[in-house]
Amino acid sequence: MSTLEYASSGSVGVIGKEAGLPETGMKIELNGPAAAGKTVNRKSGGEASGTQKRLLSLLCFALIIGFWCAASYGHWVQEVFLPTPTAVLSRIVSMAKDGSLFAHCRESIARVMVGWIWSVIVALPMGMLMANSKRFSAFVQPIIEFARYLPVVALVPLTLLYLGIAESQKYTIIFLGTFFQLVLMVCDTVSEVDSNMINAARTLGAGRFQVYKSVIFPAALPGLMDDFRLTIGWAWTYLVVAEMVAASNGLGFMILRSQRYLATDTIFAGLILIGLIGLVTDWIFRILSRIVAPWQERLGDRK
Amino acid sequence: MSDAVKLSVRNLERVFGEGGSSVTALRDVNLEVRESEFVMIVGPSGCGKTTLINIIGGLDRQTSGEVLLDGKPIDGPGADRGMVFQGYSLFPWLTVRKNVEFGLRMKNVPPKEREEAAMRYIQLVGLEGFEDALPKQLSGGMKQRVAIARTLANEPEVLLMDEPFGALDAQTRVVMQELLAGIRRRTSATILFITHDIDEAVLLGDRVYVMSRRPGTVRDVLDVEIPGERGHNSLVLPEFLEVKKRIMDMLWKESSDAAMDR
Ligand SMILES: Nc1ncnc2c1ncn2[C@@H]1O[C@H](COP(=O)(O)OP(=O)(O)OP(=O)(O)O)[C@@H](O)[C@H]1O
Ligand SMILES: [Mg+2]
Repeated sequence: MSTLEYASSGSVGVIGKEAGLPETGMKIELNGPAAAGKTVNRKSGGEASGTQKRLLSLLCFALIIGFWCAASYGHWVQEVFLPTPTAVLSRIVSMAKDGSLFAHCRESIARVMVGWIWSVIVALPMGMLMANSKRFSAFVQPIIEFARYLPVVALVPLTLLYLGIAESQKYTIIFLGTFFQLVLMVCDTVSEVDSNMINAARTLGAGRFQVYKSVIFPAALPGLMDDFRLTIGWAWTYLVVAEMVAASNGLGFMILRSQRYLATDTIFAGLILIGLIGLVTDWIFRILSRIVAPWQERLGDRK
Repeated sequence: MSDAVKLSVRNLERVFGEGGSSVTALRDVNLEVRESEFVMIVGPSGCGKTTLINIIGGLDRQTSGEVLLDGKPIDGPGADRGMVFQGYSLFPWLTVRKNVEFGLRMKNVPPKEREEAAMRYIQLVGLEGFEDALPKQLSGGMKQRVAIARTLANEPEVLLMDEPFGALDAQTRVVMQELLAGIRRRTSATILFITHDIDEAVLLGDRVYVMSRRPGTVRDVLDVEIPGERGHNSLVLPEFLEVKKRIMDMLWKESSDAAMDR
């Protein structure tokens, strides 16, 4: 019985992971120079076997940037629609000088962190409970499944009505956008913990709480780190949604305001920055999971 | 050997599911393990051996009947009944030593004491020098040694082993059997051991319970009396072969009955 239930919630979790399209979609288009930087980073510590792959991904970014250069410098596209790389760069530099760049980034990062951390704080224990208690799972699963399919954008008017344009409104949007997915992902990851290990712990005298703390949590940790990494990516998407609707600072706001003044160079700068921050976050998570679970052989290592 | 009964299973029944689709895995199972006794259970695949040992270990619940440890009914899993499973169940994030210490840590034994105990049991299973290795660095046989040390470090009243060597290759298996026989001589542990390997049953056991096919029940009990210290040389002794033949006949009859029913 319980196996069946886990299996079904598991498949739902997988769908949840696939639903992470906003993140992936953004990265592919926006992260040209940023990702190129990361690839160079990797190269210094990498192995020969990965060289070819790295060259290929470098080539991809080089092509995109090359195409961008050709299209903008060659005036295939009007400058208002596609700024030149130099224009975008100098925009970034000037914003960095007057301090507005840092301020916008700081606001956005703070919002993402608060909203996302709340989502983790609530989702982690709930997901662990769902995976291990059929009753609790039966109690909360339907509402979570229901909420999961509500597009967060559709909830924006309500959050504005209830919370106004306060910071809490942005946190709420990010929370709503990530929480329901994360609960199911945590539940899925935790149910995948080998039951042999749990049984061994119980016959070694571990109590219920000890099993959670000393077996289930450490065993699930590498998977949980992946779940966190994915959801923080989505948190960025929802942040931009929140900042475009009602904010007076932050990267999303910066992009929206620039549209009014046809400042495409600032829009591009904003997009590149969001992509960059996303990449750095991703990279931090990969390092973190290597630190917290050095015993694990991860798929990512072989990519 | 003392004659005190350590573990007894009375009229045990386990039915999985309800109504028309229910499966009776165990019916009217009775068995006893005396103090310091090495008791084996053999039986055809699917006859309910794992179900039985899981119920004794407290990981599953019987439909009716009782399991008594030192005369008291068991309630859920506990450190008094240590289990070793067929699959590797080590905690991959802990070193060999920390794995062996796990049960003591759960009991809040002070670090110094549990480290000493761990080292003792690591030596007992012949893994000195590997204290700080991670499970992923060990071979299958070594992993099972750690699992045995981890269970013994808890000093359980009974050791429950469900085909612990089933996943090992033939040579490693023989080494592990001799290791377990040696540990048993030194610690006089009480052991209930499941296997479908008849040689293993006769080689290690003081007594062998033979189970019938599903619904599993005890078909017969045999005392194994083989002169001298047991080791792989015992495999060719006439006393050994005699017991082995009796078990084989019984199991053969079980499977031919099953064939006739179909
Ligand atoms: N959780 C369960 N739900 C339903 N049926 C079960 C469950 N666990 C075991 N069974 C059934 O009970 C019977 C006994 O299973 P068990 O695993 O105890 O056999 P076994 O003797 O250990 O077999 P093997 O030698 O293959 O390990 C089998 O027919 C099995 O299908
Ligand atoms: Mg079995």
